[in-house]
Amino acid sequence: MPPSVRPPPATSLPGASEMRVIEIPRSLDYRNIESLYDQLDPATAGPVLFDARRLRWIDPNGMLCLLAAGQVAAKAGSAPRISLPNQPEVTGYLDRMGFSEAARRVFEFGTGSRWRRRPGPSDVLLEVTPVTKNSDVHEVVERVQARAGAILSKTLKYPASAVVQFSVILSEVCQNIIEHAEGPGWVAAQAYNWKRRLGRQVAVIAVADIGRGFCASLEDEHAARFGERWGDVAALEAAFLLGLTRFPDTGRGQGIQQIRKQVARWDGLLSIRSGTARIADTPGWSSKPPIEEGLRAFPGAQINIILPERIG
Amino acid sequence: MNTPGPQAVRIDVRRLLRDTLAPLRPNLVTRPTGRAVRDAIERCLTGAGGAPFVSLIDLTRVPVLDFSCADEIVARLLVKYQTPDRPLDAFFLFRAAGDTHRHTVDAVLGRHDLAAVCDLGDGCCHLLGTATDDEGVAWRTLERRRRIAPGGLAPVLGDRGDAVLARLAERRLVFLGPNGTSLALSAVASHRSHT
Repeated sequence: MPPSVRPPPATSLPGASEMRVIEIPRSLDYRNIESLYDQLDPATAGPVLFDARRLRWIDPNGMLCLLAAGQVAAKAGSAPRISLPNQPEVTGYLDRMGFSEAARRVFEFGTGSRWRRRPGPSDVLLEVTPVTKNSDVHEVVERVQARAGAILSKTLKYPASAVVQFSVILSEVCQNIIEHAEGPGWVAAQAYNWKRRLGRQVAVIAVADIGRGFCASLEDEHAARFGERWGDVAALEAAFLLGLTRFPDTGRGQGIQQIRKQVARWDGLLSIRSGTARIADTPGWSSKPPIEEGLRAFPGAQINIILPERIG
Repeated sequence: MNTPGPQAVRIDVRRLLRDTLAPLRPNLVTRPTGRAVRDAIERCLTGAGGAPFVSLIDLTRVPVLDFSCADEIVARLLVKYQTPDRPLDAFFLFRAAGDTHRHTVDAVLGRHDLAAVCDLGDGCCHLLGTATDDEGVAWRTLERRRRIAPGGLAPVLGDRGDAVLARLAERRLVFLGPNGTSLALSAVASHRSHT
């Protein structure tokens, strides 16, 4: 299914009229993530089933979006359930990515679940990792330092020093959850071969939380100066383009600015979705627009970073 | 003739981290870690007494230094000790691990409109952050000569020379002795250091 084709809105399960069913498309990644958001209604309570049986491919953005959606459903008072992908290689991949383990804390599984706990060491760049406190950021950085060197240098052909810059990016985006979201979040990263899509290998980093979001976080400090323009787009522009934060001191707000610079040096894509909008630095190889507005409302913030293999 | 100058105190941040803060955390990441390290550095400095001294902050054994931590440690230390009511007469010289730290330190200094003397392990010190062209010329000349007597910059900056050196001293980027002789912080750190 092409990523631009959106599945139908959430439906009710026959015989269980109160159960909303959210259909997970065959492929779920940063390009068609809105197809999932479009089926979600954070304000609606009641049981929800995330039907992932047809799922064949999912990237870290898709995984974290699923977790965030489940968490939102749980907050609304329902006990979210998730059905397993039919393909064993898909569930195996989700196990290796640590999604299954994280999902256990969010979703109810049916009996006879085939999802297992995360197996031993693997080639995963960074498994789905909850981020709630500063020690989590330290652990993420240490884990990535031990693993990312080979992927960045051999797969993406970045210089040896890139592992430090990569670690700094992860540290800053994870701190964004703790300092601004005031709620739990996750981070995950993996390298993929985008042979058909881009003709190159890429590393995909996803960060998601369901906290306050940029608009609420910045509102007290900055809404007045934007006047009637204030909203999700203005808040994202304030943070992304101007480096504003809710903290009045000078040294704040440079995390996102410095991530933008580093991602641009690597010809990468950086986007942040919050509330009903998304802002992005888009390289030449991406067709993503720099601003999207009027999206389905969703709490928190979701950050997507794609770093392509260096060429030339 | 030697000009009386400040002593130097060397602080190995990796050791500080290991011994007092987080034995199992080798990296300088997150703001709370940065704040804790800055507090620990300041505690180390309190034993230095009332005389002026150069504090050599050694970051070379820290693998990852993120922007939040660099802001808390480097930038906020400098901000605090540039004010007239600074708790101690401390100057700062940072030792960093080449380009991996250089970019981070430079960025946080620029954000605060600060500058700092930084040894990047390439055999010479660098002035990172924000400085005017004159300040850059004066600082590099002093760095080469190690000390400059009053009027000694006239061939390079004319009548402005002494004023520019005074401004660098105000910014705590050089040490200005009581007889008006300017000393490079790197010269002080290399000859008068103790841990």
